[in-house]
Amino acid sequence: MPVTAAAPLDDPVNPVNPVELSRGRVTIAGRDILRDVSLEVHPGEFLALMGPNGSGKSTLVRALTGLNPLSAGALRLFGTPYASFRDWHRVGFVPQRASAASGIPASVWEVVASGRLTRRRLLRRLSHADRAAIDDALETVGLAHRKQDGVTTLSGGQQQRTLIARALAGEPELFFLDEPTAGVDLPNQQALADALHRLKDRGATIVLVAHELGPLAPLVDRTVVMRDGEKVYDGVPLADHEVHGPVFFGESHSHHHHDEPVHHDHGPVPQVDAPLERSQEGS
Amino acid sequence: MTAWDLFSLPFMQRALLAAVFTGLAAPAVGTYLVQRRLALMGDGIGHVAVTGVALGLVTHTSPTWTAVVVAILGSVVIELIRERGHAGGDVALALLFYGGLAGGVLLSGIGGKSATTLQEYLFGSITTISAGDVIVTMVLAAVVLVVGVGLAPQLFAVAQDQEFAQVAGLPVRVYNLLVAVLAAVSVTVAMRTVGLLLVSALMVIPVATSQQVTRTFRTTLAASMVLGFVASLGGLVISTFASYHATVAPGPTIVLLALACFILAWPTGAWLRRRRAALPTGGATDV
Repeated sequence: MPVTAAAPLDDPVNPVNPVELSRGRVTIAGRDILRDVSLEVHPGEFLALMGPNGSGKSTLVRALTGLNPLSAGALRLFGTPYASFRDWHRVGFVPQRASAASGIPASVWEVVASGRLTRRRLLRRLSHADRAAIDDALETVGLAHRKQDGVTTLSGGQQQRTLIARALAGEPELFFLDEPTAGVDLPNQQALADALHRLKDRGATIVLVAHELGPLAPLVDRTVVMRDGEKVYDGVPLADHEVHGPVFFGESHSHHHHDEPVHHDHGPVPQVDAPLERSQEGS
Repeated sequence: MTAWDLFSLPFMQRALLAAVFTGLAAPAVGTYLVQRRLALMGDGIGHVAVTGVALGLVTHTSPTWTAVVVAILGSVVIELIRERGHAGGDVALALLFYGGLAGGVLLSGIGGKSATTLQEYLFGSITTISAGDVIVTMVLAAVVLVVGVGLAPQLFAVAQDQEFAQVAGLPVRVYNLLVAVLAAVSVTVAMRTVGLLLVSALMVIPVATSQQVTRTFRTTLAASMVLGFVASLGGLVISTFASYHATVAPGPTIVLLALACFILAWPTGAWLRRRRAALPTGGATDV
């Protein structure tokens, strides 16, 4: 069995979108952290979700994985409504983690192998295809030589790559990565970028949450910028300084809501970053 | 009669069987609890199980079975409170633990049972275990072992990273409840061996010991089970020999032997960690 990240599309002429979110809202403790966000991700696209801390970018990607349930709106994955979606082996998720460690020692191989469970049946031994996919995932992130080592002996950046390899092991077509470059040194960011480049070349669809793109910038096909739980930009890739510059986050931000006039004024609600989400993102 | 003759006596053989099965099963579940940083969960379930034992004593049914039922109910409640992750969950758990312990002591008093009867369950009384209880212990321990080892890939994944497991489509809640129920079952299995108040020790100490020297999950799980086995069997044998000179209870001996293993392993672990940190491949600059 060939080890590839992407399976053939359902319909080559009219491919189905891996992600379709329409007017999605996430409410946590009575606060709307995500407000009526619509987002379509097309097959093979590399989408960067950007914005400052507390803007809702992490919440959005967590909503797309189902970790933050929608309080309103609709989510379709590969054309299937979320409630009846079962093909989780088509989805790879790299959560925001400072470390790949838990309370018990685990080798790099073991952590990566746990990502293969999406395709394994209960009480079955690993097949040749399983082992090949795990080895390929380790190879892709450049950690094959460390597979027998404990994850805690790895640097922060290497642990992030371990988590990416774990998502890769299930050979998904759609990747969600939540701030994989946060707190990672430049050489490791470059190694990460190389791994994602290989995924992109295989035709995988990638949704990446990032505060700053750094070496990932050349991979991006499309940028979505979030602010205060709303989508304020969706279009051609932007550089880091443009996302965090005055266009979106200057004193005057009256011009970026032109397509959604309702949210123009927040009324008596003070303009603050959502503290709930900020603590979540900072964890 | 020499100590070796003692081991040919039926009550001693029952005790040996109970010790072996308990020693293997308790660390198997304990590994997942430690992995999820819930090392004290076994202790909490042990407290709740006291009420179960008392219910059995008062109603003149088997305390083992009432303890199993109450411990499972308690573990499910604990897991549901934990799952919600409220700030008050911590306090809710404490209330449950103390309620379970106080309720058990009060109930057995009302039922006219002396403190010594309850003490058999609080601190273990492996040499008074009945043939029926040995069979129950062995069967329950076997169930714990089969599930804990057989579902190791799934239980590992869920304990390692719950959110990842959820997005991978694993029934996270089912596995979390399964671990809670397994913990409850091992608590009742270990109840007669080391007692409800020391149950957690047999679930956690062998795990803490083995992870001093291991670096993979598989070896940690296996080594914990071996250490639990050695501690239970060794503790029972030591207490039997020592009983010629003084009153040496098997339960605490087992726990202290497990602790002694930890104290021996800890310097080795510290040395290994320092050596690994010094290796060039362990450095942060390696890409």
